[in-house]
Amino acid sequence: MLVEAGHFALALALGLSLIQFVVPLWGARSNDPVLMAVAPTTALAVLGCIAFAFFALTVAYVTSDFSVLNVVENSHSTKPMIYKISGVWGNHEGSMLLWVLILALFGGVVALAKSSVPARLQANTLAVQAAITIAFLLFILTTSNPFTRVIPAPAEGQDLNPLLQDPGLAIHPPLLYIGYVGFSISFAFACAALIDGRIDAVWARIVRPWTLGAWAFLTLGIAMGSYWAYYELGWGGWWFWDPVENASLMPWLAGTALMHSTVVMEKRDALKVWTILLAILTFSLSLLGTFLVRSGVLTSVHSFAVDPARGSFILGILIIFIGGSLALFAWRAPMLRQGGLFAPVSREGALVLNNLFLATACATVFVGTLYPLALEVMTGEKISVGAPFFNATFLPLIVPLLLLLPLGQTLAWKRGNLLGTAQRLYAVFGIVLLATMALLAFRHGGPVAAPLGIGLGVYLVLGSLNEIVTRSWSKEKGLSMAWRKAAGLPRSTWGTFIAHAGVGLTVIGIAATAWGVEGLGSLKVGESLRAGAYEARLERVTPRVEANYREDVAVLTVLRDGREMGTLETMKRLYVTRGMPTTEAGIMTIGLGQVYASVGEMQPDGSVGIRLYHKPLVLLIWIGSVVMALGGGISLTDRRLRIGAPARAKAAPVAAVPAE
Amino acid sequence: MRFVLALLASLVLSLSAFAVQPDEVLKDPAMEKRAREISAGLRCLVCQNQSIDDSDAQLAKDLRLLVRERLVAGDTNEEVESYLVQRYGEFVLLKPTFGTHTLLLWLTPALVLVLGGLGAYAALRRRPQPAAAALDDEERKALEALLRRDGNA
Repeated sequence: MLVEAGHFALALALGLSLIQFVVPLWGARSNDPVLMAVAPTTALAVLGCIAFAFFALTVAYVTSDFSVLNVVENSHSTKPMIYKISGVWGNHEGSMLLWVLILALFGGVVALAKSSVPARLQANTLAVQAAITIAFLLFILTTSNPFTRVIPAPAEGQDLNPLLQDPGLAIHPPLLYIGYVGFSISFAFACAALIDGRIDAVWARIVRPWTLGAWAFLTLGIAMGSYWAYYELGWGGWWFWDPVENASLMPWLAGTALMHSTVVMEKRDALKVWTILLAILTFSLSLLGTFLVRSGVLTSVHSFAVDPARGSFILGILIIFIGGSLALFAWRAPMLRQGGLFAPVSREGALVLNNLFLATACATVFVGTLYPLALEVMTGEKISVGAPFFNATFLPLIVPLLLLLPLGQTLAWKRGNLLGTAQRLYAVFGIVLLATMALLAFRHGGPVAAPLGIGLGVYLVLGSLNEIVTRSWSKEKGLSMAWRKAAGLPRSTWGTFIAHAGVGLTVIGIAATAWGVEGLGSLKVGESLRAGAYEARLERVTPRVEANYREDVAVLTVLRDGREMGTLETMKRLYVTRGMPTTEAGIMTIGLGQVYASVGEMQPDGSVGIRLYHKPLVLLIWIGSVVMALGGGISLTDRRLRIGAPARAKAAPVAAVPAE
Repeated sequence: MRFVLALLASLVLSLSAFAVQPDEVLKDPAMEKRAREISAGLRCLVCQNQSIDDSDAQLAKDLRLLVRERLVAGDTNEEVESYLVQRYGEFVLLKPTFGTHTLLLWLTPALVLVLGGLGAYAALRRRPQPAAAALDDEERKALEALLRRDGNA
């Protein structure tokens, strides 16, 4: 019964979304406040309906209601509770439901932000949002209904894919979707501004927190996915340039560019048209990502044809929204007034360069991901575009961007002085040069890429630190004053530097992977294997039986210079219901590095294949990403960006800092 | 998105995540290193976007052994690659060769960067540069008043 109610709630949400689409648009055109006020009310009602539908599906999963096809296909009564819940979105239908739930959630927040968003802008924005909701609700209801019943109901489910039975599934998709879908708000605001034909710094101030928030979540989502792949897929890689990963990287790159261009727009009233275009492109890339993953076009062009209903539907959504918004852009953008002058050497100029490099990097990933598909469709020729291609094209675009970053964030607005800026960074240049040379000498004969990359990362971290210091410290004033001054810097300034330092940490982690070492061997109990300074001794191999799988556990003692560091377990698992084997890696964290072992085949002579890695500083890759997202979050708490908080008449704590 | 990849991948192969087997490793470490380098650039044809070095599929194993066989027979890295391309087509290379069919692929980064840069430069040039106008008396007074107020706070 609850399942049918959930299904009905979805249909109701579709009807309400139609109202939310038509009435406010009409109201904004005819300047009727009553019609415009329909937007927030219906947005909240849509949220209520979709939340109820999601709740209904969750209940079906939690109670293992095997009369629901979706539950049968993706759950099992013995599955642990956390995976029963996360299993709701561990499949196509459920994940699309999560997608619209988050979409409606964002709509609800916009609806509640009455005081900070002008009524016309709000009405138009919610109408555009409703259009997206309509498209995806139609998609779910016609091609991907999670509430389909199955008669007669089987006694047991087919279990969730074992690779997905992991805490990663509980966290990764929601984070990623909040990021993806969050950009729909920037998109809706951009379309609303185009419909209205008006755009100014106020618009940028309203849009920026949404972009920042979406970006922070997308950053976390990608990092989480990367760490999950690292420990779950078991060969120690953390980024594969897989089309599915690229699908999330493209909106991230575009979103990063958007975040920076809205700063220029907000502070200097410049780059308006470009910012609007970026907002449209960023969400279009999110949609494209959804299409790539959901249509199955990636596995091969042919699997797209196997299930044409879903693929064609999303392709239709893609064409309507991307084509429609770009057409709107082409029609209305020339009417927008350009403003804000600046010299090429200035903070704005640096941010233009930032956008140029990020957009190019994004275009590179885009072409690399879609080229094989396009080529096959057009000429029938099959080529592969994998990691070696992206390493050869993406890195040369990102390295110059990172080299310019500390200079850019130090440059003054409007008209900067390149020499003066470089002078402020002299100490940083010196330290980085020395550190890099020391590393090169110390690790003589090792890969050159590692010290150079680490030097780059240190340069980014110190460059940010240097800015905080030079902005608050002066010889005459002393330390306590410097401290107070630093604390008085705007949150968005802190956020910027923390996020940039996070980029530096990630770069260090990535560069250090070149120092990773690997050992491979067949071990009998008591024998050991070496990877660099670390050694692993096989203690025993024992079978173990759990509720929904059984496994062989290889217990290894990790040694360094003959000293025992502890033990780790790596498992070969067999999930009984699906008869599917998986490998669980054993990981020991030592400082910021990890010793990583995974077990292979059991040989007939009683030995087991073991692969052992030592990955120095590898954790920095993800710590850096979390720091980046944290920087975004801190920026978000800046007084000026707080949603619903109008500018205060009196600047409170900042004014406590005396002028020099 | 990772989980979707995992889902798709699991349809194609059973992941037990143990690519190179101990018995495949060549005695000569230098040659083994070359074999690993070549393997990382070759696609496991039945997998989704995995190199044969990462993949556990039987075909990947056969290819790894083939690469090592050719190396032992005295082939250079390039000869091994072209041997595999002859047998399996260019699809086997994860980094496609530069040619008329991949012109757009390889040139996109440079094209976008150069055209974008020119576009941005032109847009900047078209607009008049900001002139640093001197303050007039009224503005100077306002500035002084502001500074005084901040100094007292």
